[in-house]
Amino acid sequence: MSVEMKTPILEIREASRVFGGVNAVNSVSVSFMPGEIVGLIGPNGAGKTTLVNLISGFLPLSSGDVLYSGKSIANLKPHEIARAGIARTFQIVQPFSQMTVLENVMAGAIYAGGLGMRAARDKAVECLEFTKLASFMNSPASELALANRKRLEFAKSLAMNPRVLMLDEVNAGLNSSEIDEAIDMIREIAARGITVIVIEHLMRVVTSLAKRAVVLHHGAVVADGPTDVVFNDPRVIEAYLGNKFASRVASKKGAA
Amino acid sequence: MNFDLSSAMKLAIGSAVFAAGALLAVTLDNYQLQVGTSLAMLCVLCWAWNFVGGYMGYPSLATSAFFGIGAYANAVAQLHGASLSVAWMVAGLAGGVIAALVGVPMLRLKGHYFAVGSIAMVEVGREIANNWDGLTGGAVGLNLPLMAGSPDYVSRFFYLAMLALAFLSFALTLFIERTRFGFGLRCIRQNEDAASMVGMDVFRYKVAAFVLSGVLCAMAGSIYASMVAFIEPKDAFNIITTIEIPVMVMLGGMGTLFGPMIGGVFYVVLKEFVWANFINWHSGILGAIIVAVIYFIPAGVFGTKWSILISRLRRSPERKPSKLAEIKG
Repeated sequence: MSVEMKTPILEIREASRVFGGVNAVNSVSVSFMPGEIVGLIGPNGAGKTTLVNLISGFLPLSSGDVLYSGKSIANLKPHEIARAGIARTFQIVQPFSQMTVLENVMAGAIYAGGLGMRAARDKAVECLEFTKLASFMNSPASELALANRKRLEFAKSLAMNPRVLMLDEVNAGLNSSEIDEAIDMIREIAARGITVIVIEHLMRVVTSLAKRAVVLHHGAVVADGPTDVVFNDPRVIEAYLGNKFASRVASKKGAA
Repeated sequence: MNFDLSSAMKLAIGSAVFAAGALLAVTLDNYQLQVGTSLAMLCVLCWAWNFVGGYMGYPSLATSAFFGIGAYANAVAQLHGASLSVAWMVAGLAGGVIAALVGVPMLRLKGHYFAVGSIAMVEVGREIANNWDGLTGGAVGLNLPLMAGSPDYVSRFFYLAMLALAFLSFALTLFIERTRFGFGLRCIRQNEDAASMVGMDVFRYKVAAFVLSGVLCAMAGSIYASMVAFIEPKDAFNIITTIEIPVMVMLGGMGTLFGPMIGGVFYVVLKEFVWANFINWHSGILGAIIVAVIYFIPAGVFGTKWSILISRLRRSPERKPSKLAEIKG
């Protein structure tokens, strides 16, 4: 069955968010299919994190709607959205720092996953093994190094048993081999049928993971399509590198 | 809910302490029973505060507000014909309802703002008690019906009642520690945003903890009012108590099971000791000791990882000369 025939798990319709006079997210419409890995990219300040905040209910929409499995979730509270099956990680990691790594992950399994304390513990151990954090299980989250804190965010959101997972710069600050491991993990999660939205600066992560990329610039979608096509789109090059460089690329291509 | 060996042990230790306390009622004289009752009362207030201030990390200074509400609710109920037991129930209910009504707007405040808002509850409560003459008797205060029976019987009764309430507070703490609610309160203390992102209804938990705390404080106030048989605004809504309770829990260990009890007893003993020995400078010296304890063991007697602290102290003498040598060299 082709992807086009399915109904989207998450559909954003003309979502906008205004901060003061600034349109941080400006009439964005985009849909995500079950099990799909989509790269959400764009330069600094493009509105990527704001869009994640709008979907997760962390910020209210100024206008527009967000549909999840066909139903509007625009008026739900963040915890209701999380329970419904939309999980996110934070760009700036948000651990429960004085609690153990295990307890951090348990929190996801207890509240969004709806499990009892014992079952949540088992689920958390499973998620920690998957993310290779099991050996840190009983240390306080504050003792983890950055790479492992990012993984902890990842494990915590997995324990929530989500259907949509938004990873906000989960690979920033990681070294090359750590990124390779993360890429494998993300692939495995998507293979379970979870929709993964990867918000990234690192092109390498997006190109190796996502068949589809959505590019935001000044709060609006400037490109949405297959990753290789999107990356060669002059508008995207302009958004990232400025119009001078874009025209140089264009003239080079013309010459070639 | 888990029920492993360690919580069974905790329950056994706690039960033993309370059973011993209850048995002592037979031998204690009237004065000792009074001291015991006020110790038990402080333990109730400390455990009640610990839900909000300790586990949840909201610096509440509203303890005396609920204590006063309980005291007055009991008095008013009895003056309108309620029996003692019904009046105590009414007091607990009043504490819970007011905690819910005030908690909904107040728990949207955080940190310093919440602290200031909560201490204002004590002031507002006292002003209402002072000025609503028809209901509260105003600044003159209210007399409660005296309990029938010999003085010994009466002091024993109130001692055991307060002890029972303290045991209830202890058992509730132990139980809640093991549930998703207690787990959630700890998450809220660490990071409220992250807690809502993992699907926790943070606001409902905050209100629930505030209500639980309010009910316990109000019941303590209610038993106290029946015991002293006379209440007045500045005694029922006591501003010093509202500040002392968090200090006691800090000394004992915030967000721990035994911390509130240890802290409460420790504080009272310390206060008596300082009173007896430094009559002229007692508050200053008491304050200095409290600051020192909080400075050196911020997690409190029960929250401190003593093994780490001791090993650190042992290591430090070896380090000092080498540092000095480094600088000189």
